[in-house]
Amino acid sequence: MMMTLPLARRTPLDFVFAVLMLAAGGYAFARYGQYMDYYEHGILLGATLALVWFGWFWPAMRYFLPGAAVLALLGTSSYHGDLATAQHSFILKYFLASQSAVMWMCVLYFIATVVYWVGLVRRANTVLSIASGLTWTAALAALTAMLVRWYESYLIGPDVGHIPVSNLYEVFILFCLITTLMYLYYEARFKARTMGAFVLLVISAAVGFILWYSLDRQAHEIQPLIPALQSWWMKIHVPANFIGYGAFSLSAMLGVAWMLASPIERKPATRNTLHALALASVVLALAIGIYGASWFDISGAAAQLTMGGVLCGAVLLVIAAWPGVMAKSLPSPQVLEEVSYRAVSVGFLFFTIATILGAAWAADAWGGYWSWDPKETWALIVWLNYAAWLHVRLVKGWRGEVLAWWSVIGLAVTTFAFLGVNMFLSGLHSYGGL
Amino acid sequence: MRFAVSLLTVLAIASVIGTVLKQGEQYVDYRIEFGEFWFAIFKPVGLFDVYHTSWFLLILGFLVLSTTLCIWRHAPGMLRDIRGYRENATRNSLRLMAHNAEADGEVDRTAAQAYLRQAGYRWRILDKDGVWTLAAKKGVGQRLGYFFAHAAIVVICIGGLMDGNLPLKLRELVGNKVPETRDLPQSKVPAQSRLSPDNLSFRGNVTLPEGAVADVVFLNSGEGFFVQDLPFALRLKQFQVDYYSTGMPKRFASSIDVLDPQTGKVVKSGVVEVNKPLLYDGIAIYQASFGDGGSPLQLTGWHLNRPVSQKFEARSRSTQSIDLDGKAYTLEFGDLRVTNVENMGKNTPDQTSAVAVNKLEQALASSQSVKSTSTMRNLGPMIQFKLRDSSGQAVEYQNYMSPFLDDGALYLMTGVRKEINAPFQYVRIPLDDDMKVDTFMRLRDVMLDSSAWAEIAKRTTDKAFQGGGFTETKRAEFAAVTEMILKQFAQGGFPRIDAFIREKVPEDKRPSVAQTYLKILQGATVDAMDIAQQRAGLQAVAMSDTQYRFLMDSLVATSGFFEYGSPVYLQPSGFTEVKSSGFQLTRSPGKRVVYLGSILLVIGIFCMFYLREERIWLRSENGKTVLALTGNRRSADLESAFERHRAALLPATSKEEIAT
Repeated sequence: MMMTLPLARRTPLDFVFAVLMLAAGGYAFARYGQYMDYYEHGILLGATLALVWFGWFWPAMRYFLPGAAVLALLGTSSYHGDLATAQHSFILKYFLASQSAVMWMCVLYFIATVVYWVGLVRRANTVLSIASGLTWTAALAALTAMLVRWYESYLIGPDVGHIPVSNLYEVFILFCLITTLMYLYYEARFKARTMGAFVLLVISAAVGFILWYSLDRQAHEIQPLIPALQSWWMKIHVPANFIGYGAFSLSAMLGVAWMLASPIERKPATRNTLHALALASVVLALAIGIYGASWFDISGAAAQLTMGGVLCGAVLLVIAAWPGVMAKSLPSPQVLEEVSYRAVSVGFLFFTIATILGAAWAADAWGGYWSWDPKETWALIVWLNYAAWLHVRLVKGWRGEVLAWWSVIGLAVTTFAFLGVNMFLSGLHSYGGL
Repeated sequence: MRFAVSLLTVLAIASVIGTVLKQGEQYVDYRIEFGEFWFAIFKPVGLFDVYHTSWFLLILGFLVLSTTLCIWRHAPGMLRDIRGYRENATRNSLRLMAHNAEADGEVDRTAAQAYLRQAGYRWRILDKDGVWTLAAKKGVGQRLGYFFAHAAIVVICIGGLMDGNLPLKLRELVGNKVPETRDLPQSKVPAQSRLSPDNLSFRGNVTLPEGAVADVVFLNSGEGFFVQDLPFALRLKQFQVDYYSTGMPKRFASSIDVLDPQTGKVVKSGVVEVNKPLLYDGIAIYQASFGDGGSPLQLTGWHLNRPVSQKFEARSRSTQSIDLDGKAYTLEFGDLRVTNVENMGKNTPDQTSAVAVNKLEQALASSQSVKSTSTMRNLGPMIQFKLRDSSGQAVEYQNYMSPFLDDGALYLMTGVRKEINAPFQYVRIPLDDDMKVDTFMRLRDVMLDSSAWAEIAKRTTDKAFQGGGFTETKRAEFAAVTEMILKQFAQGGFPRIDAFIREKVPEDKRPSVAQTYLKILQGATVDAMDIAQQRAGLQAVAMSDTQYRFLMDSLVATSGFFEYGSPVYLQPSGFTEVKSSGFQLTRSPGKRVVYLGSILLVIGIFCMFYLREERIWLRSENGKTVLALTGNRRSADLESAFERHRAALLPATSKEEIAT
């Protein structure tokens, strides 16, 4: 029923929402239309219609989107056109300045993760619904932060202002937002709240990165756009990409949950081997953490991120040794698998679109739609990986363990394409170095 | 299928190698990086240009072929499926379907059709031998998705091959075309390394100084290059860089003319910017890079090794031989960079409280604001050049033209490095009140002039013993020490004095001796300055904080020049800027094909995942009606759909469900 939205089944609220969105789009056009080019007019129209569709498709958005808009408007109007207001205005300093909202987002995500796990372990529905509420609030903070940040960038300088999807820091917030929303959609659709314990783990990891990147590297500072990024393509290429990344992360975490939900017999010998491998991974991780920077000629931060990745691998090996230990707390493997599949199919569609948009942009900026740049090549590898995943599921009818693990590996490949390429390989696409 | 998957894996691995190994560099660099042995293995496999090797293209070609075959094989059956309604289904086959139900009684035929129309179905009715069958379908586009998606892959690959350099590779293989490896001016490049303007697709680069015209671009190819003749000529009128207030570049723009090659008439003018290429005659012109286009420079040179620093004026641009103090040098000018924005570090507010602020607290406080706190400063025009001696050893210099303001005082910066990629070591030459280096040079001459030392020492001693009361021996001793310090300093600056102290003074006394020496040297500098002014016939400069700082800075700079390694200091004094702009020109007829394929791909994937095929059969025979439903959705969704259909379509007296 996903795409069918017959008008007859619309509620009055749907139309109120649609009118609201159209009015907002019209107001934006009336006020800022003269500063936009034709492409941007097109994007504004497309975005307005997409928001209407989004609210109709997922009723919760009829409250969520206006809610974030109200908060963002409250924040931007509190500025009175001066960035320094944030220093003494109470509401900005503690809530609505983009950085304050980001901090709220971070804290809320961490708390939500813990609460989801408490709910999972104690099988308490009330606790889980609290966790769900916290996650909603975190997503609201994330969207508000992005909107306010967008406005703040123009306060720094009219020529500096740009949509906040231009560097690693900004897209990480976008990633948290998109992954959360996708998850919340499936949570409601499949009435399976315990999935949150796993999905929120990957979001928490992203939040940890945001905090480190901001506190240690001051990455939150808004920088003007370099000429290569001054393109309307950026406004659609990056968000499309992150719908893909978010969906792939979701499916990978559900893959892990699937393993823990599906009792599979393991021979003691297999179990021992897996334990040994996990131990070896821990040793390897520590070695990389300590010596990695000098071995591979990378920054200390990159080495530590790699260490974190290998440690995750160790945890996965232990999970592989004990499948099904959480079967009683988690939704049925069929549900997990179904959601995982849906996430991959959404992600695949948007990742395809994003890659195509990227190619079209590259044709404008670099003189060729495909240059075999490391980022492009890795995008292709990610695409081929999920294309293969979908093929074996749809054509060969594979299900279960192999696909669950494959989606986890898929996330590793995606993460490398997203972060690893920036850390280890050089190329044209070096907008988010570490 | 299995074969295709393994080929795909090979392709993926090759792609990974291509990202890890930097592609398309000069062969020399690879040879240095990997050594002869690995170079000899990697090169024939084509690892330095993986994506254009014949085996890579072959695998790609094979995959296109196998996808085509796959479409070919499945097409007829699928098309039949899409078109057909399967209205001939028998009662038994319907009852074998996953969702079916049977009821007594006849269907209300018009109501059923109205319901199906409302639900978006299309149907066909077969009324034969007393059996009434209605076969309905919707969402059959899902199967079309399969065609679109797979055809898209083929279309995209064809487009890619059109733009790939396959034809050129083939001609190279045959020996028809050979890349030029010599360093020749393009007009001398022979026909076997030139490509005609009719070349179907190419991607080449050319760099133009302002005012210059080019009618070729260069295509890199392994160890050499090809010259691609253009069907027009390109003239760079002006190149411009705009900056943000922070100093970051904001816009690179080249104003260009496209000229007719025969008549030289302007056929198109425009501005090329990053992200905004100019199209002419199917060729896209992109802004790719920029630099110095050979700006003529005026330089003031200072001979540093002569008894009296001598100024000389020079005008220069290209590499040239110069004779300095009897030794032959080659002066190799690099780029003139007019704007040099440097990050001067954090602009931290003064600490008002003496209490040390917790580091995390500080980080948290600074993370509050999205405004950058770094200070960017434009250090002005800078010229980089190399001075190579007769043995081929080169020292690299980086000299700024504008004074550098630091804490109220002005300096000229000159950087030096003796190893490639080492950071530059800067000498900061203090400027006098006229913003010139002359006063410093005068002072330096006196400090290094052995004949002046006795006089300096005398004056310093006189000042030190103004109060009197000391013996003549003490005075003589003091004068001797002063002269000795001056001598040491003149032989190698502070490091030399340091070495001297290490050599002569016991360890426990070194700090205090070093302090004394430094004081004496500072005192001597004041007197040296007076002598310098006297020699030049100028008035002595009154002592002040500024003057004292100038003298101390001069000491540091004089010391710094001992490590300078050049017999001259070349001070840039003026230039006429000529910028250059690098363009990439491409002709890629496959682009439209690739975009078409891309659109097909998105449509295809969308259809495959989001159109849900559903087929319904309603079969009435002998007062009994069978309803059956198939679809390719999750069974739970299909189940609820089936329940809806059953309620709407089957007669109300529906009895038991046969099976699910």
